[in-house]
Amino acid sequence: METKLDPVNFTKSSKSLVINMFSQLTRRQLAVALSSTIAAPLLPAFVAEAAPLSYTLKPQEIADGVWVIEGAQEAITFENGGAIANIVIMDSTDGAIVIDTGPSRRFGEALAALAQSLTSKPITRVYITHFHPDHAFGNQGFDAKIIAAPEGVITGLKEMGNTFSDAMYYIARDWMRGTEIVLPTISIAKSGVEDIGGRRLRLLPLSGHTTSDLAIFDETSGTLVTGDLAFLDRAPTTPHADFGIWRQSLSKLNDVSARTTVPGHGPVEASQRAVSQTKNWLDDVERIISENFEQGLDITEAMNTPLPENLTRLTLARYEFSRTVMHLYPKLEASRLPRVGGRAVD
Amino acid sequence: MLDRAMQIGTAVEACCMLALICAAPVAYADVKPDPLSSPVWQDLAQKILGAGDIVFDDRVKVIIPPIVENQAQVPVTADARLVPNVTKLVIITDLNPIQHVMTLTPVAGKSEPYISLRLKVEQATPVRAAAQTTDGVWHVGGVFLEAAGGGCSSPAMARDDADWSKTLGDSQGRIWREANGTARLRLRVRHPMDTGLAKDNTPAFYIEQLTLKNGAGEDVGKLELFEPVAEDPTLTMLIKHTLSSGDITVLGRDNNGTMLRSTIASPWKQSLTPSISPKVRNRS
Repeated sequence: METKLDPVNFTKSSKSLVINMFSQLTRRQLAVALSSTIAAPLLPAFVAEAAPLSYTLKPQEIADGVWVIEGAQEAITFENGGAIANIVIMDSTDGAIVIDTGPSRRFGEALAALAQSLTSKPITRVYITHFHPDHAFGNQGFDAKIIAAPEGVITGLKEMGNTFSDAMYYIARDWMRGTEIVLPTISIAKSGVEDIGGRRLRLLPLSGHTTSDLAIFDETSGTLVTGDLAFLDRAPTTPHADFGIWRQSLSKLNDVSARTTVPGHGPVEASQRAVSQTKNWLDDVERIISENFEQGLDITEAMNTPLPENLTRLTLARYEFSRTVMHLYPKLEASRLPRVGGRAVD
Repeated sequence: MLDRAMQIGTAVEACCMLALICAAPVAYADVKPDPLSSPVWQDLAQKILGAGDIVFDDRVKVIIPPIVENQAQVPVTADARLVPNVTKLVIITDLNPIQHVMTLTPVAGKSEPYISLRLKVEQATPVRAAAQTTDGVWHVGGVFLEAAGGGCSSPAMARDDADWSKTLGDSQGRIWREANGTARLRLRVRHPMDTGLAKDNTPAFYIEQLTLKNGAGEDVGKLELFEPVAEDPTLTMLIKHTLSSGDITVLGRDNNGTMLRSTIASPWKQSLTPSISPKVRNRS
């Protein structure tokens, strides 16, 4: 049972919950055994795909009654089943509190079982930090009546959920089986402290990474859960970002005196490094892309330009930089290329 | 888990191979194997490229992004600058409902067999660039583009805007001089580029032709565009352009007869841009 430790050096024990008993090895052996039978050359692949997939969730206890399930620091792939975001479980006298539900029905159900097993209580509240599928597609594992999010998150899921769903099913395939969009029913209107079973949660509805991002500061343990407003040692993603507003939100997060920060992606640390690193990434990437545009480069060229070492140090730097080029370029082209003509009148 | 999928794939392949060998050798020797294993390539090549020998040639580059998020705006660069004497450059998407994306006809000594643009994809597909040389041979390069798809059947963004026709044809552009004597021309034209396949039943409506002329009225390059070119076509071309070549005029026409005209000044005020080598550069 491997647990990744970071500079905070957590001493609490980690638990692992394997939800499903079908091992990959069994399927592989089965596939190889069958594929050597020439009589039925197409059957093996069919049988192998029919075996169910399962997530192995490894919670790390980062504070008293606070666990993080760290996502893989990767892009969404079939191999990781979309389990790339950090998920938080908290204990309270009222029951378990879950922040973000993961990428699929299967993940959500495993997460719900884990939260109940860790706290030995039912789940009392679920928060969704933003509308991206790696954070909100496990909602089916929970009762919609206890899922809370800012109104913008709910609208975003309603409007873009199906598009995300197409992409998720295409990439993560059978991991997504049965996954449907469940909208949160509790709308978080403004910032404020919510006391759930003795745990004082300061809700910070912000935006910038998307049109609506929820950060949560657990005053009881001093844990700041940033959602995707902050990344650590993994390049930030920008498909729905507004860089200016994002920077303002980061400065607000910087003012929270957190003991421990849980970024949306990347390791948990007893520092605000995730917040400052994310701000630096946004500044640098925006400047580099603007320079590329001013040199006349097109998108495919701009995404291949050299990057400074402080950026390439981050996991997935080139990949996310390329995506950000695609996100920012159309706006630059529309706003900065000089007007040269139009419909010919004659 | 990818390993697992590959192992299974290999196993299945091996079975099929074995079955073929057992059945009887088939006379496929004269057909050049398609490196992208497309099921339609043989017919498609004949339909779009017509006569002329076809060779798969690594010098013809197709550059795509590492991931496609917007199926209606996929950036693609086709670059055949390493092949001498190219007279035509064609972009083909094998598995799109409309496969022929664009044909660039560069003018010898006046433009390069190079183009960057954005296109729509309806599903994952090979994306190819075919460069015909003066001897009639087609040099074909390509890559496989992974995408969830739907780009050709989604209505244009312009269809959400009641005033779309007011900006139809509006053009923006700029020319940059590069250190090696070529110039880089970027052009953006507002146009919905409807494929005729969208769920809103809008008929096909797209820019068919763009012609570049220099100050002396000589053709610099010609572009034929088709439905798969993305909405608001945004292009980059490389042209040979000197101080005396004058401004570049772009004349265009869509399939409804809308005529387009823009003039891109070449004041050379800006400093030289280091040229982008056609070689595949190392990623940092």
